[in-house]
Order: sequence, then C-alpha cells, then structure tokens
Amino acid sequence: MAEQVLAADGTPLKASLNRALRRQKMRALVLILPLLLFILATFIYPIGQMLFRSVENGIVSETIPRTVVALDDWDTQENDLPPATVFDALAKDLAVAVELKEHTRLGSRLNYELSGISSLFRKTGRRVDDIGEIYTDQLVALDPAWEDPATWVTLMADPDWIAAQAAWDGEGDEPAFVVSATAIDMLPQTADIYADFARVIQSGDNDSPTEEEPWHIVSLALYQDLIASPSVDIPGPLAGLVSTAAAAAPSFETEDVIATFTDVDDDWQNPEVWETIYTYSPAYTNGYFLNAIDLQKTTDGIEWQPENEQVYLTLFLRTMIMSMTITISCILLGYPVAWMLANLPARKANLLMILVLLPFWTSLLVRTSAWKVLLQNQGVINDLLVWVGFIADDNRLALINNATGTVIAMTHILLPFMILPLYSVMQTIPISYLRAAKSLGATNWTAFWRVYFPQSVPGIGAGSILVFILSIGYYITPEIVGGTKGVFISNRIAYHISSSLNWGLAAALGAILLAIVLALYWAYDRIVGIDNVKLGG
Amino acid sequence: MALKIPILGGAGLSEAKSDTAFVEFERVQKSYDGENLVVKDLNLSMPKGEFLTMLGPSGSGKTTCLMMLAGFETATHGAIRLDGVSINNIPPHKRGIGMVFQNYALFPHMTVAENLSFPLEVRKIGKSTREEKVMRALGMVQMQDFAGRRPAQLSGGQQQRIALARALVFEPELVLMDEPLGALDKQLRETLQFEITKLAHDLGITVVYVTHDQTEALTMSDRVAVFDDGRIQQLAPPDELYEAPQNSFVAQFIGENNTLEGVVQEMRGDSCIVKLDSGDVIDAMPVNVSKVGERTKVSIRPERVEFDKSRLSPDAHTLKAEVLEFIYMGDIFRTRLRVAGTDDFVIKSRNAPDQVRLTPGSQIEIGWLAQDCRALDA
Repeated sequence: MAEQVLAADGTPLKASLNRALRRQKMRALVLILPLLLFILATFIYPIGQMLFRSVENGIVSETIPRTVVALDDWDTQENDLPPATVFDALAKDLAVAVELKEHTRLGSRLNYELSGISSLFRKTGRRVDDIGEIYTDQLVALDPAWEDPATWVTLMADPDWIAAQAAWDGEGDEPAFVVSATAIDMLPQTADIYADFARVIQSGDNDSPTEEEPWHIVSLALYQDLIASPSVDIPGPLAGLVSTAAAAAPSFETEDVIATFTDVDDDWQNPEVWETIYTYSPAYTNGYFLNAIDLQKTTDGIEWQPENEQVYLTLFLRTMIMSMTITISCILLGYPVAWMLANLPARKANLLMILVLLPFWTSLLVRTSAWKVLLQNQGVINDLLVWVGFIADDNRLALINNATGTVIAMTHILLPFMILPLYSVMQTIPISYLRAAKSLGATNWTAFWRVYFPQSVPGIGAGSILVFILSIGYYITPEIVGGTKGVFISNRIAYHISSSLNWGLAAALGAILLAIVLALYWAYDRIVGIDNVKLGG
Repeated sequence: MALKIPILGGAGLSEAKSDTAFVEFERVQKSYDGENLVVKDLNLSMPKGEFLTMLGPSGSGKTTCLMMLAGFETATHGAIRLDGVSINNIPPHKRGIGMVFQNYALFPHMTVAENLSFPLEVRKIGKSTREEKVMRALGMVQMQDFAGRRPAQLSGGQQQRIALARALVFEPELVLMDEPLGALDKQLRETLQFEITKLAHDLGITVVYVTHDQTEALTMSDRVAVFDDGRIQQLAPPDELYEAPQNSFVAQFIGENNTLEGVVQEMRGDSCIVKLDSGDVIDAMPVNVSKVGERTKVSIRPERVEFDKSRLSPDAHTLKAEVLEFIYMGDIFRTRLRVAGTDDFVIKSRNAPDQVRLTPGSQIEIGWLAQDCRALDA
C-alpha cells in the first residue's frame, strides 16, 4: 500500500481534490437540475405510475372487501357455487359500492377477464338496495322505533361521537361517525355495515346518519347477528328493544340471498364468475402480464387463452419482424445516400443534406397521409404501374392497409434517422483508407468491403438501434396505413389506453415492449459493444 | 510566373527515350476544372533504383503528380509510363505501386499484422508465406514485437514504420511517399529520414517522395524535382540544386539566400558586372542572363559572403555594409547586415577559434567570388 499523499496543508490529497471538485460538480448539477426535475415530474414518474398499473389490482379488494375475505374459505376445486356467506358479503359490499357508484368500475375491471361481468354488476346494483327489506319490515312491525334513525344511532354510535354530534353547530362538516366498541363487540356484522352506511351518508351524500334510515342490508346484518347470538344483552336504554328483536328473530320470515342474486341474473349461478372474482381478488396480480402474452389465470393455474383470443404474441412477433424489415430497408436505402453525403463536395453535400432533412419540415401526419394517397388501390403508384403496363387494371397491388404499406411508409419516415448517424460516421473515415487499400492491390469492392465497410459499422449500429427502437413503438403510421394486418403492438396499447380503458393490460404490454427493447440493447452491447455506436465524430 | 522560364525538367525528355527509364512522365497535364492547369507540361524520367523527391510549396502540383502516378487521378493529357508500359488506363490496384500516405492510412480495425497481411491476402498468397513476409517486413522496420497491436495503440513514429512496412511487404519496385514524415517531431523525422533512405537503397526500390521540407529533400534524395506553378523548375541532385540553382525561385526556395536586384552592366564571358538598384556594382556569374541591360536578381549564399578583404581577389568589387545584429547559434554565427538598401542581408560564419565576431553598429566591407554569386532571372 502506497503512503497517503498529503496536500500542502497536510490534509490528504484525495480529500483536498474532492473538495476542489465539489464546487464544480455542484455547478454542473445546478445546470442540469431544471431538466432533471422536469423529466422526473413529467416523464419518469408518470411512466413509473403507468408501469405500476400493470400489476396493481387493488380495486377488487377495495370495492368488495367482505366478499374477498369470505371467498378465502371457498374451495375452488369443488367447482361449486360459493356458500351463502359469500353472497351475503357481496350483497353488503355491493350496497356500499352502489351508493358510492363504484360497482360499475369494478364490473368493467372484471369484464376484462370475463366478459359479461360488467352488465351483471350493473343489473345487480339496481336491485341490491332491496336485499334485506323483508327484515326491516319485520323489525318495524315488531317495534316502530326501528324506523327511527335515532334508534340506530343510539345503538351503533360511540357515546363520544353522539356528544360531539350534539355539540356540532351545523357549520362545516359533521364530526366523522365513530362506531361504538360495544356494538362491534355484540353486534359485529351490524356494526361493520352500519359504519360503512354512516361513512357513505356523511361523505357521499353529505347527510347525517342521525336523519337517515339505514339501508335494508343493515337490517339483514342485524338479523344475522341476532340469530348468531340470541342472548345478546345490549347495555343502556335499547336493551329491551334489542332483546325483543332477538327473541323474535328465529321466527322471522327469511330471505334467500342466493335466490335473490339468481333472480337478478342466472350468471350468479355460474362458478366462472366467482372464480374470476376469486382469481383477481389479491391486491397485486400477474394477470395483466399473462394476458399480454396470450395466457390467462384460472383457478386451475395458468392456461393459454382460447385460440381465437390469442393476439398479443402474434402482434409482438409481427412488430419485431416488421421493425427489422424496416431497419434493413433503411440500411439498404440509406447507406449509399450517406456515402454520397460524406464524399460529395461540401456545397452539393449541403444541398443533399437539406433534401434528407426535408421530411422533418412537414408533419408526420401529413407525410403518412400522403403515403395513403400514393399507395391506395386507385392511388398514384398503382395508376402508374397500370399505365406502364406492369400490372393489369383488375389486378392492382395491395400496397396499403397491410404490412407492405406500413413497411413502405415507415421506411420513408425513419430513413433520416439511419442516414444521419451513418453520415456522421462516414464523414470521419478519410478517403485515404480506400486509396491505401487500392494501392495495396485491393479491387474497389475489396477495398470497400474489407476497409471502408468495417469502419462504417458503428454508424450502421447507431442508425439501426435508432430506427429499430423508434419503429418498435411506432403508432401513427401503422394506424393510418397498416389496416389490420399491418398494425403494431403499440396500436393495441393505444386501443387499451383510449378505447377499452384496460390500462393495466396496456401497461403490461408497454412494460413488455420496454423489456424487449432493453434486452435487445443489452444483446447489442454484448455482440457489437455499445462503445462502437457513434452518432458523430 | 513569366512564360520565358525555360522548362528545365525538359532535361528528362532526352532520357525519356532511353531504355533505362523506369518511371516516365511525358508532356503530362492535369486540370481539375477545365480552366486552370494544375500540372503544366510535366516531363520526367527516372531510372530504376532512384530516390527522387518532388519538392515544392503547397499547390505547386507535386501531390497531383504523385496521385496521377498512383492512379488516383487521371492525367488530362500526356502519358505516364512504368517500366515502358503506359499506365494511364490501369486502375490503381493493378499498378503494383506501394504507397505511404501522409496520415499513414493504417486500417484502424485491423491489427498491425493484419494491415501488413492485407496486400498479400488480396494477392491470394498462402497463409504461411504471408506470415513469413509480414514478419520479415516488420523486421525491416524493427517492429516485430508490435504485430498484435492496433494502430491506435502505436505512437506516430511507430505508425509511420508500419505504414512503410505495409507499402513494402508485397515487394513493389516503385514506392510513393506522400509527405510521410510531416506529422512527426523533428528528432523522429531525422531518424526516419535516415532509415527510409537506407531501406530504399538496401532493397534497391525506386522511390518517389513528396515533401515541402527542403532539408528532407536534400538529405534523402538522389535527385530533387523542385515544383512551382505546375512545372518542374529544376531537377538535379541536391548539391547541384543548392549550389547551382537555375532560377531565382529555386535559389530562394532551397536553403537560405541573399537576393539583390539590379541590371547587367557588362558581360565578361563566365562572369559579369551587375549594377544594383542602389548604385553599387558587384561581380556575378551569369546563369540565365545573356545581354547587357537585362534586369536580374543576383543570389548569394550567406556562407559564401566574405568580409575578410585579404581573402578576396584584389580587383573584386566590394560593398559597404553595416552590422545590424549578431546571433550566436553554436556551430555558426549569423550576422544580419544592411547592404545596398536592404536590411535582411545575412552572412554565416563558422564558429572557429580565429573567427571574428562582428559587433552591431560597426561598418565593414563585404565581397565574394564571382562564381558564388549567380545572376538569375528577375
């Protein structure tokens, strides 16, 4: 180990140097800070959020928490309907969700996995507030006090909350409802659903539980509590009311919740619906990713999607193959142009360069639309070919709304991204290399292939990476000229973002695309070496 | 430049017809734009084994000549012959001429050995022979240990050696060198100058060497062709070029030179009297002046100026001079004088024990032998 070098003042030289450099580093940081913050706030963070959606699945357990818990005990292998407790739980969850208008969102979410669930939830939502009415009626028949919101508040609310609510002057928000410990202890199910009722009334309707009669589902919960513990002994003034109800409960006329659900829609008898809910109940899921590669989650594990629904692997494969085709076309068309640019006298090269850059001066949409005009069946190119006699009038080439159209239009659009890196690399290859090769006895072709071409490979690499990565995520051009056979995975992502609103799947597809690009980048680095990529001098 | 300048390269014309000529330029002209001639009527003939340097300022046409010989430029007019065969229509790769480029042009993606092997590969020479020849060529430039390196891992001098070895490895009879030492520092340049000449003589190859460095030209060459304005101004061995320049361009371009302008006053066979513009009269040797009254530039080398009257002939003309500056340069003394109205007349004297050191401000008289002072074109 070498002796530590000291600066003139005796401090270690390293520390001294670091101090001297710190100021410089700080200044550099300050210079990039605005852009860094901008990118973090508008790019990195939203993308992170978006990618997070590909695994996030909290909506099920948040919207129907009781059902999710109840389904835990359900044996999916039996291929039976879940027990009645699950239906009860779902009825309660839906009662809350309907009030909060969240059940349709959940319906849409689950509809991605099993179509029909969305309408099932909507239909059920319209009927769910009737569930338990039969109990309300019987309770009220037993004692009209059950009709009075105050009775429920006294039964359910924490004394402190009652005091606070009484002291509330009506200004601002009513104090948030607190359920009493006694109620939770003695009438757990009622307390549970009543707490939700109070919360919804307070926050959703901006009303007070002291003035609103509870939902019928609360009566159902109370009935269940009373059946579960007939000898319940509520302290306080309502002891008599509750014990009377408890005594009467066993003789109550009951409602079959399963029958009610089935009455709404037969689909509730379909175990698949329940399996879907069960499969997607965890807060995080790999379901979106599985869907993105044509797999699906079932209670039996991971399976292929039905044949007719497998689209994404094909699309990924097509995206890759077409992007490669486009990249190769760009190399073939761009290489000679870049060579010309690099070897012409400056004045002519500048003119040519302007021509190369010309496409950038018009909007992408205009250029793509122009290709539509050129390539269509009755378009310029077909007309020309017919006129020249290469093809028969009734046998016009299908150049658009297919893969051919996408390749042609995108090759044109991405060509500058190939030419520019190629040009800037070729510019640094002196003509004397070719001359040297020829003077050493190489023919023009050998000189080019053995001497010039290897030196231009970094330009090809840079151009190919640019073109390939740009085309793999291209959207507008395939959308306009690609038809159904020429669209890319990005068009599918856009569809899920803006039309089907299945953002989770869109995010999963996007994440896979990103992973593919990174993997290719890695492979390129391993094979060619990223140091060999040159965008200029 | 006036047209009356005789084309001194024309001396080659007679040689061109001889059977010994290996490289020949005959009435070669070159124009890039169809308006200006870059090379005007070039005639040159080289025997086998000669080391010929094309020397000249930039834009004088010397590199164009080299490129025409290599085949990268085509002559607009005239014939270029190699070993008696016209090569005007032979593409560069079939000419079999080795070439060393200004910036070496070593292929950066190949190792040293691959670079050297390249000309042998394109000639379809077998692997074992190739390896043997590569190692022999590397041996010639003492670079055997660097066979596996890439050009970027070598210093400038090393790259130059490799470039040289690559130009020699396929055993060409003619090697062209385009300012090969231009990018190197002085010391390295001198070493390599020596090595290149030695190698060329040992191998018996013919070399055409282009440079704008006159020292390089003088020290390396068998003959030097001084280029200016698209013509060869003089083609001669180095000593002749230095001591007997045929016109004022060559006199000024080669070595240091004092120039005085005047009019021929009297012709005396192999010497003449020139009356300078200042009114002084001096002795000179007529080179390309022929009659009295003609304007002339007289040229005299600084080391041939004498200020010790005892060494001059008694009837020699002398000039009054004032010492302006004395510079001690180690091996020589360099003294700047005011002579006949010019302030930059320089004399050089050897640093010998008995040598006089002139003091600035002193008045002296200078003179020279008539044959050292050449009356050239104006």
